[in-house]
Amino acid sequence: MSAPGATRAPVTREVTLHVDWTACDGRGLCTELLPELLVRDEWGYPRSRDGSREPVVPRGLRRAADDAVAACPLLALRLRGA
Amino acid sequence: MTLTEPAPGQAFGRLAPPTPRTSGSRLLGAGAPDLAGHLRRNGPLPRLPRPQALELLLRDAGLLGHGGAAFPAWRKLAAVHPGRRRAVVVANAAEGEPASRKDRTLLATAPHLVLDGLALVAAATRAGDAYLYVTADALPAATRAVQERVRAHRDDVPVTVVEAPDLFVAGEESAVVSRLSGGPALPRDKFTMTVESGVNGRPTVVHNVETLAHIALVARHGSRWFREAGTEDDPGTFLATVSGAVAAPGVHEAPYGVTLGELVARAGGPSTPLQAVLVGGYHGAWLAWPGAADVPVTRAGLRPYGAAPGAGVVVTLAAGACGLHATSRLVDYLAGQSAAQCGPCMFGLPRMAAVLRALALAPHARVPGTTAAEVERLAGVVDGRGACKHPDGTVRLVRSAMSAFRADVQAHLAGRCLHEYAGWGAR
Repeated sequence: MSAPGATRAPVTREVTLHVDWTACDGRGLCTELLPELLVRDEWGYPRSRDGSREPVVPRGLRRAADDAVAACPLLALRLRGA
Repeated sequence: MTLTEPAPGQAFGRLAPPTPRTSGSRLLGAGAPDLAGHLRRNGPLPRLPRPQALELLLRDAGLLGHGGAAFPAWRKLAAVHPGRRRAVVVANAAEGEPASRKDRTLLATAPHLVLDGLALVAAATRAGDAYLYVTADALPAATRAVQERVRAHRDDVPVTVVEAPDLFVAGEESAVVSRLSGGPALPRDKFTMTVESGVNGRPTVVHNVETLAHIALVARHGSRWFREAGTEDDPGTFLATVSGAVAAPGVHEAPYGVTLGELVARAGGPSTPLQAVLVGGYHGAWLAWPGAADVPVTRAGLRPYGAAPGAGVVVTLAAGACGLHATSRLVDYLAGQSAAQCGPCMFGLPRMAAVLRALALAPHARVPGTTAAEVERLAGVVDGRGACKHPDGTVRLVRSAMSAFRADVQAHLAGRCLHEYAGWGAR
């Protein structure tokens, strides 16, 4: 039989920042609270500095990431693996 | 077996005609005009001993998905875990790719193979509901086939036929789920996998109709039979839609491992000398001709060219046509097909289309800021930033064009075009 969770995302202790792009409106609060991880593109939308789809949130930025999730006016952010 | 009358207004005439039976035409050769004919031609559908049996059979067969992603078919079944909510299974024939006709052709030719496959997956996942998601032109054939089976009490899980809108993104997995959940056929945010939470929050398995047709044959003939065609890593046959500058454009079935040259030959050969082929449809990649003629249609064979077999779409470009111009028109289309939900796609694709259009028209009109570097910069901005892969696929097309047609880029920036005419050059 297949191993349970064989097709799930790999189990990892890393916390990543997930953007719901269908909700994001480019307001930019997250980029102000997490400047180490995010910049704004020319239309105002958050872009990860390392080019990843879901940037890893290092332990030291966890608090700021929680703030960003809470502050987003469109509720477009979630932490994965938290 | 009851005989059925054709449904009124049946649109067979508007569908791509099926190819005549040739050797190795497993799918296209298994067609029949009705349920009785289907059972006579293909034999009865076996009942598998346990739900896990199908998963094991498909894993042995190595069947890959035929909707574009080539995800191993068995894995979706394995990922559905019994729980409180009954699963949903979906046969996806939305075929949003304009250069693809295979799903419509399959539904017109062998709809009962598709529905057999759907029934097998429904049984294996203990699903409570099944859907057949089709474009408007395939509705009559789909509805007729489902009704035949209802009258014959064939399927334990009821199949609901739902119309897919004529949008490029309508067949994207989360767009399918959205539509079947009562919303628009637009992609959704994917925090949770569809197999865990899909239609109305229920575990959902979405398979392309061609994948389901292969499943129906594997269940009858076994995994060893399935592996008699194709290659070790890419077993079986696939439906290819070949178009552009070929003598017999249309849907042709071939084993994986066939070369692009052989595929073009099956489509009647070039109607005029070719310059390049677009493999994988509008989200695919350009390969220069005649070099591409020897490239086998497998994942490993196409990977070095930034391409993949995908949903079997091959569009040929005539030697006299300008590849930049052809690509520019594709990107205009893709930008217009953005669901307009995600900023980078909604704003970035039209911007990329504008720069590419200026580049394509450059011999006649110099637009400031039109550089290859600007095209690449925009590609980098939109790639990977959206709820679905629409921006990613568009970027792939654009990057492959800038590479395959680099001589044209240089010529256009210098104020001239290397080719006689714009467009695809198809006769």
